[in-house]
Amino acid sequence: MAIFEFSHAPLTVADYPRRLANVASGGFCAFEGWVRNHNEGLAVTRLEYQAFELLGVREGARIIEEARSRFPINAALCVHRLGDLGIGDVAVWVGVSAAHRDEAFRACRYIIDEVKHRAPIWKKEHYVNGDSGWVNCERCAAPAAHTHEHAHAHDH
Amino acid sequence: MSEPLYGLVLAGGRSSRMQSDKARLQYHGESQLEHSCRLLAPYVDQVFVSVRDDQRGDPARASRPQVVDQPGLAGPIAGIASAQALHPGAAWWVLACDLPFLDQATLSALAQGRSRSALATAFRSAHDGEPEPLCAIYEPRSSAAVAQYVADGGQCPRKFLRLHPTHLLTAPNARALDNINTPQEYAAAMQDLNPAAATTKSIRVQYFALLRDQAGRSHEQLATSARTAAALFAELQQRYPFTLAMDQLRVAINAEFAEWTQDLRDGDEVVFIPPVAGG
Repeated sequence: MAIFEFSHAPLTVADYPRRLANVASGGFCAFEGWVRNHNEGLAVTRLEYQAFELLGVREGARIIEEARSRFPINAALCVHRLGDLGIGDVAVWVGVSAAHRDEAFRACRYIIDEVKHRAPIWKKEHYVNGDSGWVNCERCAAPAAHTHEHAHAHDH
Repeated sequence: MSEPLYGLVLAGGRSSRMQSDKARLQYHGESQLEHSCRLLAPYVDQVFVSVRDDQRGDPARASRPQVVDQPGLAGPIAGIASAQALHPGAAWWVLACDLPFLDQATLSALAQGRSRSALATAFRSAHDGEPEPLCAIYEPRSSAAVAQYVADGGQCPRKFLRLHPTHLLTAPNARALDNINTPQEYAAAMQDLNPAAATTKSIRVQYFALLRDQAGRSHEQLATSARTAAALFAELQQRYPFTLAMDQLRVAINAEFAEWTQDLRDGDEVVFIPPVAGG
């Protein structure tokens, strides 16, 4: 199983592990990205996620297929939240099951890293002082040749 | 004559006003660098590509032997000086790669009008009568003068030609030496070069994130004669206060990542993709 999904409703993370269960797997690991209350020195009150869903689902599926071809895993799932999120909400969930833990950890890491770098998803931060801004869009004033490969500011 | 005539296609510019690499732009169905090399090749013994040190590994600049700018030099004059230092006995036909209207008639006129007794042969600008330094032949004898000019801090090849004996010709085609520096000029040049393709198309554009805020809408259906996604974005930059430059964006056509130079077709759905921030 290799699936990438978007959800406009809060993620039902308790349901996801069983979608990855199978008798050939000896291990399972998951990564959750949470909304935290600060970024780059500013107090954050809430986040807003937007995505180009049609392309995002395709690119997400390609990322998971790449993970499957690089690491001997049995199943992987990534669900990304869209819409308005408050502090502590789950923004993204990645889970992988595999025969052995090492592949599960490495594939999970690969998927979240690539999703952050490549999937057409955008995040707007709302700050305590009333300002807001699209992450990676508004504070990169100088045009750079490879903006898409810059380290992302909002690592969880 | 025993000394060779080499071609030097200049691809070391920073393309800062174009906001995307001018050497890779396509006007004629191939990169403009490759097109320039192919146009020049019949007139010279060998074509070289002039690059900055940090462009050595660029695959788009790897199809011909390279002349790498010498350390400490910048601009087109750096390319010329570096080429002359590499092959001191050669004459160099220097050619910019941002001249989409350049044609064989112009190259033939320069080849036939070449004066070996001058330091260089160049065209008179159709705009101001000054020498056009970036489609010109620099004789081997000019290398000492170029080196001296550069050592004195000179950076402008046009000024260099003005200060030294240069044989000036009239270009047979007034637009042949027009260089194209901005997305707006690129869009206009594409339409002049391809009038048949400049028919009006209906394109659906979707906006996301910062572009959505700045366009004030999530999508729209546009009638446009823009031939490529790059030309369409240049058109929209005139209409909306976009702060992201083209080279900070990617583009998707019909929900797949696409090249900026891909031709648009009637009914296409275009999305400009700002820097992403998922997770």
